[in-house]
Amino acid sequence: MDSRNSDTITGPRSEDVLPDTATAAVKVVVVGGFGVGKTTMVGSVSEIRPLTTEETMTQAGVGVDDNVGVETKTATTVAMDFGRISLSDELILYLFGTPGQERFWFLWNGLFEGALGAVVLIDTRRLQVSFDVIGRLEERGVPFVVAVNTFPGAPHHPVEALRSALDLSDEVPMIDCDARLRASSRDVLMTLMRYLHSLAVPLA
Amino acid sequence: MSDPERLYVITGAPDGRRAALDLVTMVVAQAEPSPMVQPEQAAILRLCKAPLSVAEISAYLSLPFSVVTSLLTELLATELIESRAPIVRAALPDRSLLEAVMHGLQKL
Ligand SMILES: Nc1nc2c(ncn2[C@@H]2O[C@H](COP(=O)(O)OP(=O)(O)OP(=O)(O)O)[C@@H](O)[C@H]2O)c(=O)[nH]1
Ligand SMILES: [Mg+2]
Repeated sequence: MDSRNSDTITGPRSEDVLPDTATAAVKVVVVGGFGVGKTTMVGSVSEIRPLTTEETMTQAGVGVDDNVGVETKTATTVAMDFGRISLSDELILYLFGTPGQERFWFLWNGLFEGALGAVVLIDTRRLQVSFDVIGRLEERGVPFVVAVNTFPGAPHHPVEALRSALDLSDEVPMIDCDARLRASSRDVLMTLMRYLHSLAVPLA
Repeated sequence: MSDPERLYVITGAPDGRRAALDLVTMVVAQAEPSPMVQPEQAAILRLCKAPLSVAEISAYLSLPFSVVTSLLTELLATELIESRAPIVRAALPDRSLLEAVMHGLQKL
């Protein structure tokens, strides 16, 4: 920290400064395996150049001889990129793209808590990662939609086949997408919001 | 050894004394930086002349989220910043909020 002179810190570019009316923020988390397009999706819909936030996780007491009681600690820094969409002068949406190492996703305190929902990006060539994360989201009661990223050369499976391969219930929306395209990524977020809307109970 | 969640804990205040600051809590400075505050806190006060999320502060300062939240906790206690709590998913999602989100996305 000593080399960090606070005068040299670059903040947002002038066009990225939020108006003083920006009072409310919501977040959505994009999860998926290595190289599935999470960073690409965050970048394609973000109004700012995607930024990176990090967290330090400490691995404690692995393989320690209980009798000695020595604790070994290894710190690991996990970085996550995110983007921002100003929905109105007051309301801001932040979109977080999880890092490739799945084991950290659910350890980051406050990442999933309070998120409106999640987007599970899948690559049809590697469904195993998705299988695990879907289970965890269900466990934690985080609503999600599944977006199938269409890579060239990836086998195209009908949605219904993927649904049963992933053991997804009928109401979970599935949508094809190209994370490189803003409109396509936007449609994925719209699908999530419509789904959340359908889950919401109107006030009596 | 099979459950990594048991092996890893976030490095933070050991007593769990951390303000309830979310990644998307918006922070706004209430004062100019003074010589009384740490350099990192002065940097936060400069960054937050306009509203900024905790995640963005962490990104611009290249500091871990939990380090930023403890710096912010002190600034909150001394009222040098104001925080605007995020809207979180409630047990019953709020339809008008979701409609506002969809309306904003449509303009994208
Ligand atoms: N054809 C195609 N390529 C894509 C798509 N999305 C991402 N890619 C490409 O896939 C590569 C990996 O994308 P990233 O966005 O970095 O993936 P990621 O999930 O963030 O990867 P990690 O953070 O390393 O786990 C890049 O070269 C992208 O250009 C897509 O929808 N279609
Ligand atoms: Mg990435």
